[in-house]
Amino acid sequence: MISLSGVSKSHGGRRVLDDVSLSIARGSFVALVGQSGAGKTTLLKAINRLVEIDAGTISVDGVEIKEQPVTALRHRIGYVFQGIGLFPHMTVGQNVWLVPRLMAMPTAQRAERIAELLALVALPPDLIDRFPAQLSGGQAQRVGFARALAASPSIMLMDEPFGALDPVTRSELGGAYRALHERMGLTSLLVTHDMAEALLLADRVIVLGEGRVLADQTPHELIRYRGDPRITAMIDAARLSASRLEALAKGG
Amino acid sequence: MGSGVTWIELARLAQAHVFLSLCAVLIAVLVGLPVAIWAAHHRRAGAPLLALVSIFQTVPGVAMLALFYPLLLLLARATGLPIPALGFLPALMALSVYALLPIVRNGVAAIRGIDPAVAEAADGLGMSGWQKLKLVELPLGAPVILAGIRTAAVWTIGTATLATTIGQPSLGDLIFSGLQTEDWHRVLTGCLAAVALAILVDAMLALVESGLSVRSRWRLGAGLAMLCALIAGSVAPLPDGTGGAQSGRLIVIGAKNFSEQYTLAQLIELRLREAGYRTERRDDLGSAIAYRALAAGDIDVYVDYSGTLWANVLGRTDTPPSDIMLPALTRELAQRDQVRLVGPLGFENAYAFAMKRAQAQALGIATLTDLARAGSHLRLATDIEFLNRPEWRAVESRYRLAFAQKRTFSPSFMYRALADGSADVISAFSSDGRIAAMDLVTLGDPLGALPRYDAVLLMSGKAAADPRLVAALQPMVGTIPIDRMRAANWMVDRDKDKRTPHDAALWLRDERAKANE
Repeated sequence: MISLSGVSKSHGGRRVLDDVSLSIARGSFVALVGQSGAGKTTLLKAINRLVEIDAGTISVDGVEIKEQPVTALRHRIGYVFQGIGLFPHMTVGQNVWLVPRLMAMPTAQRAERIAELLALVALPPDLIDRFPAQLSGGQAQRVGFARALAASPSIMLMDEPFGALDPVTRSELGGAYRALHERMGLTSLLVTHDMAEALLLADRVIVLGEGRVLADQTPHELIRYRGDPRITAMIDAARLSASRLEALAKGG
Repeated sequence: MGSGVTWIELARLAQAHVFLSLCAVLIAVLVGLPVAIWAAHHRRAGAPLLALVSIFQTVPGVAMLALFYPLLLLLARATGLPIPALGFLPALMALSVYALLPIVRNGVAAIRGIDPAVAEAADGLGMSGWQKLKLVELPLGAPVILAGIRTAAVWTIGTATLATTIGQPSLGDLIFSGLQTEDWHRVLTGCLAAVALAILVDAMLALVESGLSVRSRWRLGAGLAMLCALIAGSVAPLPDGTGGAQSGRLIVIGAKNFSEQYTLAQLIELRLREAGYRTERRDDLGSAIAYRALAAGDIDVYVDYSGTLWANVLGRTDTPPSDIMLPALTRELAQRDQVRLVGPLGFENAYAFAMKRAQAQALGIATLTDLARAGSHLRLATDIEFLNRPEWRAVESRYRLAFAQKRTFSPSFMYRALADGSADVISAFSSDGRIAAMDLVTLGDPLGALPRYDAVLLMSGKAAADPRLVAALQPMVGTIPIDRMRAANWMVDRDKDKRTPHDAALWLRDERAKANE
């Protein structure tokens, strides 16, 4: 469970987050949507303190995040990065085992656990000794997911995790993660600027604009939403390309 | 090997050179790397810090080395600790400061140059600052950091040749003494050895660097093993090269930077080795440094000139005759610095203005008075320190000397300047063999503005407390007449059939033995 109360953050004289209050239930899959500069990545980073907030409080599982050591907090929260960010000088296995290593977990189960994690993200086990430069983009981000999951976190934060991937890989990996979310009972928070992706993957979509929550609804409610023109524009754009594709399929 | 560089001498100098350079680079790494890491993480402090380190780099190498000498003297005086101000310590400190820039600059660039996505991942996964440094920043930055160390190593090995000037043996000994005696074989040997050493160390570090970047343990290991072998080689004991059993205490013999001084230092060395002492030479000391080094006990014995001591050490401007000056010097140096003036060697090496005989006759110049009358359109060439010495100020004001141009040279090049017509008058040395060989005339000093420059043997207070050492050196007093010193100097300075200062010293010893028979 994650809760934010009155969270504000300014950067360079601009309010990036403006009095945001939210509560995210255990086991839910929440997408944070919005245009560039809406504050969605800042909000995500505030939760594991990659960004320190100016005002308000954030707590994870009932404990305020400032009350605990930052490294311990981050070990408990899985994080998937937009830039993937695999360590280029470490093998796939070393990348995946990184957080357990930082937590000084016993190495007895190392090989078994890495194999299990690679299987979880549908990667062949023989990739274990490869270096990141020898992987495709999709393979690299699957390793990124395996690395985030290695210490069995209950919460996953994902910052545009599919942003660097081609459309086919993107939807394939999105679907695969959704299945993992169910299977492992994770609490997932996904930042994306792609409304269609948010509507299709999440149980709940929070739309941010200029640092404020503009809408907070289920995909089913949101797709029928009429109100704030900024939101309807995003939904209409997603619907428009879907109906064009449909028309093309029928007409073809 | 050819003219006078023996393999054993080369090996000894190369050892000292390698040891000094590698120690300096090691210290620069130990200091520079933490500084670079700190600066990379504190962007605001980084810029002024790099600027400061860059300023160190712009100080000329010779000056940087020379500056640590007075600094350490002051420190020794202030703390009362026996800090050696000459030799290894100041050379090490100066070279370490010098090597900082490439190490700090590359260190900062290495850490700041890490892919931001990777840096963010390190933070986001919960690495502490130390873990991030150890697991990410250092391994990823290693090739750039190592490139900085390579640059520093090559610079340091080159600059270490200047350590000679503050009394630390290095391959620069060959270069400096070779330049003074115009022994180009010696200069070239010193240069080539330093270059070869730089290339060798660079290649070893390149192997380590490529080992790190392509993750080859073999290359990394080979590079490191070769570096360790080099370090071990630099401290390995060498055969003494003197032949005799050497058991007595170590006596350090100083010499200033010209041929006569090298020859006399070697003559002293021959005597002391015959007396069973172990010896070490510090050639190429600056004129002022030599006396202060003796007073501080960094060297034990050297030859200086009475007029120089009179004017520069005691600050006197009068010019009394020898029979007054020598007893006064003996008394005052003992009182001031516990320095023992053993006695005059028997010849004088005075500053003397010299001209080509034909030109002097054509202009009707025989004395400094004549020169003052005719000199305003003539060009003066002097050695590097003469124009800053009190003797020059005395001569200039007494005779009202004026010249069209004044330029300074190292002594050998000063004679060349006169020979090739780019100077008309030089500040020659009266014991110099080149005066006769080049058919020069020295100008008279009717007003007695220039003091006497009797060559005198000086010992430090510490050395003079050893009666056996005094007894070994005392017999040298009064044994070198001016003609013999000129002949010995000419052997070393001439172009044809050139001899080394060592040969000249042997010749002086043998001539004296013949005279005694």
